[in-house]
Amino acid sequence: MTTTKDHGLSERLFWGLGSVLVVVYALIPVFWIISLSLKRSADLGDGRFISATVSLEHYQAVFSDPQFPAALWNSIGIAGISTLAAVMLGMFAAYAIVRLEFPGRRLILATALAIAMFPPISIIGPLFNMWRVLGLYDTWFGLILTYMTFTLPLAIWILSAFFRSIPWDLEKAARIDGATPLQAFIKVIVPLAAPGVFTAAILVFMFAWNDFVFAISLTSTNDARTVPAAIAFFTGSSRFEQPTGSIAAASVVVTLPIIIVVLLFQRRIVAGLTTGAVKE
Amino acid sequence: MSRLKHSEHRLAWLLCAPAVIAMLLVTAWPMLYAFWLSLFRYDLRFPDKYEFIGIDNYLSVLGSEAWWQALSNTLVITVASVSVELVLGFVFALIMHHALIGRRLVRTSLLIPYGIITVVAAMAWRFAFDPTTGFVNALSGMQGAWLAERWSAFFVIIQTEIWKTTPFMALLLLAGLTLVPVDLIRAARVDGANAVQRFFRITLPLMRPVIMVALLFRTLDAFRIFDTVFVQTRGAQGTESVSITGYNALITRLNLGLGSAVSVLIFLCVIIIAIIYIKGFAIDLSRREHS
Repeated sequence: MTTTKDHGLSERLFWGLGSVLVVVYALIPVFWIISLSLKRSADLGDGRFISATVSLEHYQAVFSDPQFPAALWNSIGIAGISTLAAVMLGMFAAYAIVRLEFPGRRLILATALAIAMFPPISIIGPLFNMWRVLGLYDTWFGLILTYMTFTLPLAIWILSAFFRSIPWDLEKAARIDGATPLQAFIKVIVPLAAPGVFTAAILVFMFAWNDFVFAISLTSTNDARTVPAAIAFFTGSSRFEQPTGSIAAASVVVTLPIIIVVLLFQRRIVAGLTTGAVKE
Repeated sequence: MSRLKHSEHRLAWLLCAPAVIAMLLVTAWPMLYAFWLSLFRYDLRFPDKYEFIGIDNYLSVLGSEAWWQALSNTLVITVASVSVELVLGFVFALIMHHALIGRRLVRTSLLIPYGIITVVAAMAWRFAFDPTTGFVNALSGMQGAWLAERWSAFFVIIQTEIWKTTPFMALLLLAGLTLVPVDLIRAARVDGANAVQRFFRITLPLMRPVIMVALLFRTLDAFRIFDTVFVQTRGAQGTESVSITGYNALITRLNLGLGSAVSVLIFLCVIIIAIIYIKGFAIDLSRREHS
């Protein structure tokens, strides 16, 4: 912002043009998949970027087949519960890491980081074997538990970065002004911590919503199969028909919530995903 | 140790315990179990043939051409996508840093590839390059069946990775750019340094730590590539990545012994990459733990 005055007109045009190109590049596949989803089956092969006709037949097809609605419900439930659990446990841990002096706080953060970088393929074999025996294969709980390999580290990192920036002394000040510990916590600390908790929840949800490796390895039916897995395994109505239209329509349905969340909370998401990587 | 200190430690561990135990239970324990399984002949289709065979699984993986092919495929995808992402990410970051009117719009647009489900992104690009449904051939006048040949399939896969993950790189780099003191850039400008000199002599060296962390994250992430390859080629046309190899052995062929050996080897590769970065480029991750 402070560099404003240094810019000449030509420089501003240069960066403006650059912005346009970036936006176009980022959005092309999104427009493409929307356009594809609106084509009539007969027009799917016309190769046009913008659909000549608008038809909702693929949306009807996707929602009349039991596969996709089940997957959508599974995805919402599994990602939602995973998020709640991770943020809850992450909050306790992050509070201790930021507020309490104890040996091992560095170790916990380092472990979380190491686990976040862990290749999921390395543990699907054992999990597949154990979940089969324990009856957790193809269940919500089995996936929710598994998702903790990435939801917990993410929650702990984001939350401890946010908690660190909270002026905790305000709590003490409220106490001096006569508030009880509980009042001080609820009236002062909770409002300060809420945005960070919310950000962590958004990012954790996005990661859980995106998972594919665990979903296809640890589920097999509509009982727990999530959207990414369902989309990848969509079958056409006949063996020779590519389910292109259905895949496109399903893709649009699961991308719209992401676009809405991004539009509403872009600032928070950026803050959340850069904390920890860049020193503040 | 004072009693107060003691109770503080206890409270801290009590608060951390659920998260730590859960993480270890679903990550460390399965990893150890994978190592254990990798020492056995254990094929779920022939469960009665279960026996301890030591390092034989490793020998057969390391002795197979398929493993080395998959490893080199994965390295090709990783190096190509991460290096293009770094350059492109810098361009995007500079645009966001300098663009005044469109900054918010650019940032919002970039979050969409970041947030979109990887499988969906891979599908969108697969259809885009498809010879019958796609617009790429129609617009460019080309005729290729992109995903039916090895190097063009690699191109589509890498291209998808770049589209999906450059935003992450760009946003990290943008955060790093804002830490470069404006006065320093201005002073260099007064002293007659041109834009290129200013970028390479001042901005880049000051951003080294951020760049290194971004590269480390992205390299480890790219190395475990699975979704895009699975959706676009399933590993056909010689594009199989190591994660696909592991998945095929474990889930498709139910060979838990051999598949676990692949899993352990992938894990070792990730550790080696991390060590190369942290030791080789002297990344100080611990410094980020306190602000």
